[in-house]
Amino acid sequence: MAALTVAIGEKSFPALGAAARRHVLGSLRFTVEAGQTVVITGPSGCGKTTLLNIVAGLDPRFEGRIEMPEVTRIGYVFQDPRLLPWRTVEDNLRLVLDGEKEEIARRIADVLAEVGLADAQQVYASRLSLGMARRVAIARAFVVRPTLLLLDEPFVSLDEPTAARLRRLLLDLLATHRVTTLFVTHNLREAIMLGDRLIFLSRSPARIVSDVVVPLDRAARTSEAAIESFRTRLGELPALLEQGLTEPTS
Amino acid sequence: MARSLTGIGLATTEDAAFPAARGRRGLIPVLSVLLLFGLWYLMALLAADPQLMPGPVTVLARMAAEARSGELFFHLGTTLARVAASFTIAMLVGTAAGLLMGRRRLADELGGPWLVFFLNLPALVTIVLAYIWIGLVESAAILAVALNKMPNVTVTIREGARALDSGLSEMATVFEVPFGRRLRHVLLPQLYPYIAAAARSGLALIWKIVLVVELLGRSNGIGFQIAIFFQFFDVAGILAYALAFILVVQGIEWGILQPLERRLTRWRR
Repeated sequence: MAALTVAIGEKSFPALGAAARRHVLGSLRFTVEAGQTVVITGPSGCGKTTLLNIVAGLDPRFEGRIEMPEVTRIGYVFQDPRLLPWRTVEDNLRLVLDGEKEEIARRIADVLAEVGLADAQQVYASRLSLGMARRVAIARAFVVRPTLLLLDEPFVSLDEPTAARLRRLLLDLLATHRVTTLFVTHNLREAIMLGDRLIFLSRSPARIVSDVVVPLDRAARTSEAAIESFRTRLGELPALLEQGLTEPTS
Repeated sequence: MARSLTGIGLATTEDAAFPAARGRRGLIPVLSVLLLFGLWYLMALLAADPQLMPGPVTVLARMAAEARSGELFFHLGTTLARVAASFTIAMLVGTAAGLLMGRRRLADELGGPWLVFFLNLPALVTIVLAYIWIGLVESAAILAVALNKMPNVTVTIREGARALDSGLSEMATVFEVPFGRRLRHVLLPQLYPYIAAAARSGLALIWKIVLVVELLGRSNGIGFQIAIFFQFFDVAGILAYALAFILVVQGIEWGILQPLERRLTRWRR
């Protein structure tokens, strides 16, 4: 059995006030194998976040079904960090953990060391920079030892050096933890660097335009040249994506 | 496009400046109180009638005398106990109702008209009806006061519940945070400003209503004492008891509410 099966028939948002009913997702069917990282990419507003929320169980108002193993622990890195500003970094992680005190403390210390925040344990989340807050959000998703990891444009609105550093961090974490991952982004280079597979979505109502395997090894994924050469091999797909991004969506 | 969250909470220098600011802040209220007492003293001098307009010295002396006889503490304690009981009931029930109405549309639609009814029902009516229906007993008095305050608490907390961050709720849902932990770490911290506002205005409102309840149907408490002083036109006695209670409420503000608030908003500094 696949680690995740998505079989959505339709997803719409009902009419609200002056806004008409919005048909966001069309028929979407794909599976994700255990340990695989699948990147979902597509134009802004095509329903990528909606798809993640459906998979996370946050939005049950859709037609179709989502299947995953009975015992699935989800780690979700939202587009905004969603930390409790009134709690310290440590307490933000403790919030999502159960178990013995020492075990929890050890896991928190380990994950913070992994994301390079070992000395920020006692800092209030309200005092973190966005880059640091995003790292805490990533740590929170990994500390629960997820069997399914969802990431929603976790590096958007960061300065490029910071974003690049965090991408490499995530690449390492994914290599170490081998967790089944659904990653949403509209940054194609980021998608190639992190994904085992790329799924291109059309404008809404979104359907799958293309499903491509990325056969790059670890070294190639951190090489600009290798990523660029794979990008050119994608043919007209990047151009289609660009069009979707720049054209106003009706 | 770039959205930055960094500006909100990085005020590290304020910590060092805080004690100094506190010292300055302490001086102005003291001057303000002295001014109030000075004006009172002047008015008493001008009125030149210690029976109808006693000065602050007379009133303070009377307070001391009542304290020595034990009368003041007995009635003050009785009133305080009633205030505490009805305050607790009003806050607990009002908060629960406010949360429910702020989060559930059905509850809001069902409870809305009730809220309007109880908000506009005069305190006097609630008190008199409670005494008639339940009798001249302690539970009737406390219930009447609590019922008067409850709708105000509900309205305030409902606003807070409506303003809850749905993003944080989603986060707690996805990570399967258990209810108790969710309440303590996610929900209540967002509601603290609303709870503090409801508590503060609640304390002031409740003690005023408790006095009316005591005046109408109890044989002890400050309200009862004031009824007696009224019969003798004993203005010094009335002011002595009122002043004593104001001091107690101010003590609660400085001793409990403000330190608690500082603790809960520590993360903002």
